[in-house]
Amino acid sequence: MSSSIESLISREYQHGFVTEIEADTLPPGLSEEIVRAISGKKNEPPFMLEWRLKAYRRWLSMKEPHWPNVTYGPIDYQAVSYYSAPKTKKPLGSIDEVDPELLATYAKLGIPLNEQKMLAGVAVDAIFDSVSVGTTMREELSKHGIIFCSLGEAIREYPALVEKYLGSVVPYSDNFFAALNSAVFSDGSFVYVPKGVRCPIELSTYFRINSADTGQFERTLIIADEGAYVSYLEGCTAPKRSTNQLHAAVVELVALKGATVKYSTVQNWYAGDKEGRGGIYNFVTKRGKAAENAKISWTQVETGSAITWKYPSVILLGDNSVGEFYSVAVVNNHQQADTGTKMIHIGRNTKSTIVSKGISAGQGNNSYRGRVQVLPKATGARNYTQCDSMLVGNRCGAHTFPYIEVGNNSAIVEHEASTSKIGEDQIFYLKQRGLSAEQAVSMIVSGFCKEVFKELPMEFALEAQALLGITLEGSVG
Amino acid sequence: MPLLEINGLRANVGDKEILKGLDLAVGAGEIHAVMGPNGSGKSTLAQVLAGNPAYEVTGGTVTYDGRDLLEMQPEERAQQGIFLAFQYPVEIPGVSNAYFLRAAYNEIRKAHGEDEVDPLEFADIMDEKLALVDMDPSMLNRSVNTGFSGGEKKRNEILQMAVLQPKLGILDETDSGLDIDALRIVADGVNTLKRPDNATIVVTHYQRLLNYIVPDFVHVLANGRILKSGGKDLALELEEKGYDWVTSGHVSMGAGA
Repeated sequence: MSSSIESLISREYQHGFVTEIEADTLPPGLSEEIVRAISGKKNEPPFMLEWRLKAYRRWLSMKEPHWPNVTYGPIDYQAVSYYSAPKTKKPLGSIDEVDPELLATYAKLGIPLNEQKMLAGVAVDAIFDSVSVGTTMREELSKHGIIFCSLGEAIREYPALVEKYLGSVVPYSDNFFAALNSAVFSDGSFVYVPKGVRCPIELSTYFRINSADTGQFERTLIIADEGAYVSYLEGCTAPKRSTNQLHAAVVELVALKGATVKYSTVQNWYAGDKEGRGGIYNFVTKRGKAAENAKISWTQVETGSAITWKYPSVILLGDNSVGEFYSVAVVNNHQQADTGTKMIHIGRNTKSTIVSKGISAGQGNNSYRGRVQVLPKATGARNYTQCDSMLVGNRCGAHTFPYIEVGNNSAIVEHEASTSKIGEDQIFYLKQRGLSAEQAVSMIVSGFCKEVFKELPMEFALEAQALLGITLEGSVG
Repeated sequence: MPLLEINGLRANVGDKEILKGLDLAVGAGEIHAVMGPNGSGKSTLAQVLAGNPAYEVTGGTVTYDGRDLLEMQPEERAQQGIFLAFQYPVEIPGVSNAYFLRAAYNEIRKAHGEDEVDPLEFADIMDEKLALVDMDPSMLNRSVNTGFSGGEKKRNEILQMAVLQPKLGILDETDSGLDIDALRIVADGVNTLKRPDNATIVVTHYQRLLNYIVPDFVHVLANGRILKSGGKDLALELEEKGYDWVTSGHVSMGAGA
């Protein structure tokens, strides 16, 4: 009977190819010299090198955190290469001058970068290993005064903005992986939306790890000035390799007075094979700071990576600020995820909403970890948390670790949680109506995740839904 | 050749044998009622015909539309026109009734080499079908069976049957838990759907439903086998005399007294 819920999770990973391209890669290992070399390769101003070195020294004194509910062998930080960039012969004048091999790679991933074939209404920054290979629609955006470029360019061209905001939400000393990232980050996206401007199109960054034994340490900084609005989406894929690769990113969102930042992630890093060999270690720090009347909304669909460790958070600093976190995390085979959010209520009448949907299949292990903190001055703070887990099969795990700290008597904090199993009866019911087992599971899971999918921009909601179907294929037979 | 021909069917749930050599033939255009006491194997028969993997077929043959039914996957049976109205319809939270029904409708069309219909065309089809079971269009936006009352769930089954237009509809205790109004709506739906080329098997414990759906044949199922078959009057006779009349071997005595 139960044999029929055994095999719907294992269609092959579709983005596992490797691009043959000449790369400029630093030798493995981490030292002050490497940090200096990275900064030097990027022609950074002195303040940036100083900041990196402070981060590096701090990192030396820190220990890798082991409180997440995941297990993995020791990571040899000296075996990782901290910089790899595709070689280019000359500086690029426009995106159409990008190496055709790279354009082909992104086209294969469904991300056309040629100006003629761009996705309508979406501007893309493509990050390949350690560097940005091109950003589309920049001219269109600059008409509105919006800056959308790689962080490397921003450091050179807008140093004042970068110096003011980099590390203002996630300081280099924040945690082990954030310190590592601050020391060696190579590139990432930078967005600045000026006062009162509503960014007319979706901005997106597409991250691709290609080189073997290379870590990816990108850093994204998004600043929405007073009253501005921006919606941003990131996607991630990597080749299939039998060894684990480290990805330690930092994302900082700054929403000034009355601004709105909506940040969506569809994370599909290579997850390792059915026996749990290979896959990306995804150790990410994401946080936003919301000023008065500002709103920050995180939506994430996490289907890839061998291990996921991330807690997109909001510091609700200003009065009436709003924080949201909508998450779907799927684990299959031997994947492990420890993910959730932190909502720190500091301002008065601050509001936060957390909706987390965890799906565990195969021998996957999924943990929700969330902290809702209401500080003494946060009069009228309000939080609603809904945390649902779904189990597929009987060898997987779902865990919930909610932390609630309330320091103000007027706060209202709600937490709801549920756990369910995909039932044989549900699958049989749908099959009896003519649907295949795959369609049945995909439909049941999509229904379970509906509240999160509706937060995604339309075209990405469809992509996310399809991705979920692929991730779970083979988990039910 | 009948649409459905069952010979010597044996089936287990776990280690327990429930069907013990069941014979039944259903022709196109006919309505058959299968009646019997609790635990006689009525629901098992319905589930086995639909291909529920929780039931193990251990013997006998089932031919449907000239094909070996037992060789077919549940979804293939559905695509080839077998529809089971569940005794306990299953909830699918977050999936709208309309989305689910259109997906099912299109799968069946695809299996017959027909084009899929888009949401607008499908909305037109639904308007007519909703009226048939007296359901409010808002039902289409609700999640499949989620938070439905018992009566709504049963009506939703008949709605699905009306949309999918099966060749062989199997109603498993559709009357249980229905008040008289809902019963009439369900029965009207079944009667309206009757065509010369399709057939219906109505599985029920009580004669009550048969006041509204008039069967061509009535079968008494007990202890895993059909013990007696007859016309529609058999149902009335059962109602009057109880199942003991058939099951305890008093048939001839009763007839002779």
